[in-house]
Amino acid sequence: MSDSTITITDNTFDEQIKTSSTPVLVDFWAEWCGPCKMVAPILDEIASENAGKVTIGKLNVDDNIRTAQRFEVMSIPTMILFKDGEPVMRIVGAKSKTALLADIESHL
Amino acid sequence: MPNTDTSVREVIIIGSGPAGLTAAIYCARADLRPLVLEGEPSSTTDQPGGQLMLTTDIENFPGFVDGIMGPELMANFRAQAQRFGAEIETVKVSKIDLSSRPFRIWVGDPSADEPSHLAKSVIVATGAQSLMLGVPGEMELLGHGVSTCATCDGFFFRNQPIAVIGGGDSAIEEAMFLSKFGSSVTLIHRRGELRASKIMQERARSNEKINFRWNSEVTRIIGETKVTELALRDTLTGEESVLAVDGCFIAIGHSPNTGLFKGQLDMDEAGYLTTHEGSHTNIEGVFACGDVQDSLYRQAITAAGSGCMAAIDVEHFLEDIPEHS
Repeated sequence: MSDSTITITDNTFDEQIKTSSTPVLVDFWAEWCGPCKMVAPILDEIASENAGKVTIGKLNVDDNIRTAQRFEVMSIPTMILFKDGEPVMRIVGAKSKTALLADIESHL
Repeated sequence: MPNTDTSVREVIIIGSGPAGLTAAIYCARADLRPLVLEGEPSSTTDQPGGQLMLTTDIENFPGFVDGIMGPELMANFRAQAQRFGAEIETVKVSKIDLSSRPFRIWVGDPSADEPSHLAKSVIVATGAQSLMLGVPGEMELLGHGVSTCATCDGFFFRNQPIAVIGGGDSAIEEAMFLSKFGSSVTLIHRRGELRASKIMQERARSNEKINFRWNSEVTRIIGETKVTELALRDTLTGEESVLAVDGCFIAIGHSPNTGLFKGQLDMDEAGYLTTHEGSHTNIEGVFACGDVQDSLYRQAITAAGSGCMAAIDVEHFLEDIPEHS
């Protein structure tokens, strides 16, 4: 994990999203989710290649169900991009790196 | 990103489920330096690692006494193939030309003049993917109550009513799994009896959370921002009704990923590739293994076995052709 990847929990979510100097792409994931495992290395690459432009926030839904419920996550992986503390875009389901970048680039 | 590779590979393997990766292990150990085009991540279509990526415990894969998680098993397959030098690219094939050798394979833009890869032989292991219902509301509410992956999404439907559509083994497996979470699980099947095996049927019937809606088909999935109801029609009487659910899991079967090969490789009416004498297709030098050519057994172990066969068939084929074909 690079510096541009952070771990987010129910307790730290608000503070981390509010104080981040870059948009944060929060990855709602779990250990038992196959597609989440496919997306994880892609998100690591995106984080290190776009350091300073976007932060990847890893949120384990098993341990942090309150935040998952708050944003009505019903399928994982779900990735929500937060900009200036507000959700601006939502991606549901695993995608290729090209497709993920295309989705988030206009918001960075 | 897809760069054009002008060298002619001994073998390219398309697909990375148990069949493709077993073929990769055998080809790599035979020093054929295989390239595996493993596909791209997706939650709704085919994906690297294949259908086992959408499962949890695999209890019938020999050698794992206590079972193993599907994604972990596939990570092991992949690591084992890489250990022997298989190259793996996370790309999806967009076009293939099997009309002359070397075979020509495109990834990325299919209208590019030059192919991305050339190969003396090809192993097709593209597998199969879940069928969708094709009813209004389904795609709009995918990820918002509609799911094709019980193991991914069941967790979010704790103490909520769930429906599973389908009547085969995988529908029952999903219903059993979901019964751990939901307040109730209604299995909706368009016939009056299940296709599933006896043992699965008995398990489902003795599960008090699972109930059945026979002779029913879903005509529409209803909900504004998330699923709230399913519109059903009785297949015998035509009578329409509505069932309130929060989650709708679709398990109505699979279709082979053979769109790329239409007009080139022989297939049956359902689109499964036809193989003969092991893994041979109608084109010399093209071999097929796993679910893409098997609508009957569809097991991880049979897919792996047929991947091994395809690798051995490739070895024999390459031994028999002149060096510069």
